[in-house]
Amino acid sequence: MKSKDVVIIGAGITGLSVAYYLSRNGVRNIAVIDKSFPGSGSTGRCGTGIRQQFTTREHIVLMRESVKLWREWETSLPLSVHFRQGGYLWLLETEKEVSNFEKYVKLQNLFGVESRIIDKYEAKQIVPDLDIESIAGASWCPTDGNAYPFDTVEALKLALKNYGTEINAFEEVVGIETRGGAVKSVITNKETYSTNLVIDAAGFGARKIAKMAGIDLPLKLYRHQIAVSEPVKVFLEPMIVKGELYFTQTYRGRIIGGTDLNEPETESLQSTERFLEKYATELLSVMPVLSSLNVMRQWAGFYVVSPDHHPILGGTPVSGFLVATGFSGHGFMLGPVIGKLMAMYVLHGIMYLPEANNLGLDRFKKGKLIEEKAVIG
Amino acid sequence: MNEKNVIICRCEDVTLRDVIDAIRSGITDMESLKRKLQFGTGPCQGKTCIPLVEKVLARELGKKIGESGKITSRPPESPVPFGIFESSGEEK
Repeated sequence: MKSKDVVIIGAGITGLSVAYYLSRNGVRNIAVIDKSFPGSGSTGRCGTGIRQQFTTREHIVLMRESVKLWREWETSLPLSVHFRQGGYLWLLETEKEVSNFEKYVKLQNLFGVESRIIDKYEAKQIVPDLDIESIAGASWCPTDGNAYPFDTVEALKLALKNYGTEINAFEEVVGIETRGGAVKSVITNKETYSTNLVIDAAGFGARKIAKMAGIDLPLKLYRHQIAVSEPVKVFLEPMIVKGELYFTQTYRGRIIGGTDLNEPETESLQSTERFLEKYATELLSVMPVLSSLNVMRQWAGFYVVSPDHHPILGGTPVSGFLVATGFSGHGFMLGPVIGKLMAMYVLHGIMYLPEANNLGLDRFKKGKLIEEKAVIG
Repeated sequence: MNEKNVIICRCEDVTLRDVIDAIRSGITDMESLKRKLQFGTGPCQGKTCIPLVEKVLARELGKKIGESGKITSRPPESPVPFGIFESSGEEK
């Protein structure tokens, strides 16, 4: 039996980021537990993108703050996370889409995100290899960008190691004990941790973990696939989005991207040829010059989707059992701000960004859902 | 033998020294080693380096090959141009 001030379940970007901000603020008696290796779930499978072009106040404000923190991480973590502000270029096919995005841009500008609508010729100036024939315009935000998931995990691991915070990989949580409606201990296949505070950051396992504490999280798992190309000299810094397609180039030279097959819920992580066909077709319609580039590898990961496509953050009916999940495909980009929000919530009992108060689990009971229109890939 | 001169992964330029240093720093499973050093992520799809790293890891830990995890292999088997997968308008 070990005694811990905080037990964090899940060593993806969310769990590691919460542990980082807690450690930075003096809480060191923490255990981060993962059933596999750090970054083995959705973090290591993600599409690298970091954007602020959303359609709700909650997402826009959280992501604006997260971009600020990504910039900090790039300079203050012990290793580079390769955060790059290459921008997001969102291609729009019809005048109607353009007029919708004009409204989103207004909202984004109101909350301090410098996005704007541009015409197709300006889009072509930003990315000369684009085929702009079928484009009516684009939504462009130069401060959006991407970072490298494996490097981010390595940087956070090293930061935690320097603080003396333990990460227990390959250890599986099998039970959570509560007494009188409060958390008492976390039981794994190797150890029992006595603790008053548990943070469920288990990504696609978050629902299962919450069930152990008697809490039902309204989460669904959707498989999404990604492919990367062989490396070529970096020529593309923005993330390009068009409809369900998104792609960019990593600092290691690979074109990385995906699209949506609109599949029903599944527990399978098998990758499919159907994905590759749809992705290649959409990719080449936007950037025909990539036709002879070799696709090197494809894989699948989960979007852990909440009923309104927004995160579920903070307390639950079980005292001391907190959740940070339901990112609906945006967990990596939100990682820094979620870590800081949750750590501040643990230390001070409040969400330091008021918008995060709208993201509690109780909103589903109260019927206070938030609608996000901009979910891609 | 100078371990710095022994290339384990030709695509990503990883040496035997890099692998041994990473293992001795406490990374003792194949998947985490791959993410730290990024061997096996080049155009050869890890066909050369993964068996070599498995062998080095087993030797360093005094375990059998395969006991410290296996790396999932991803399709396609060899790199293929995007153009091959593009479907023409008529097929839709």
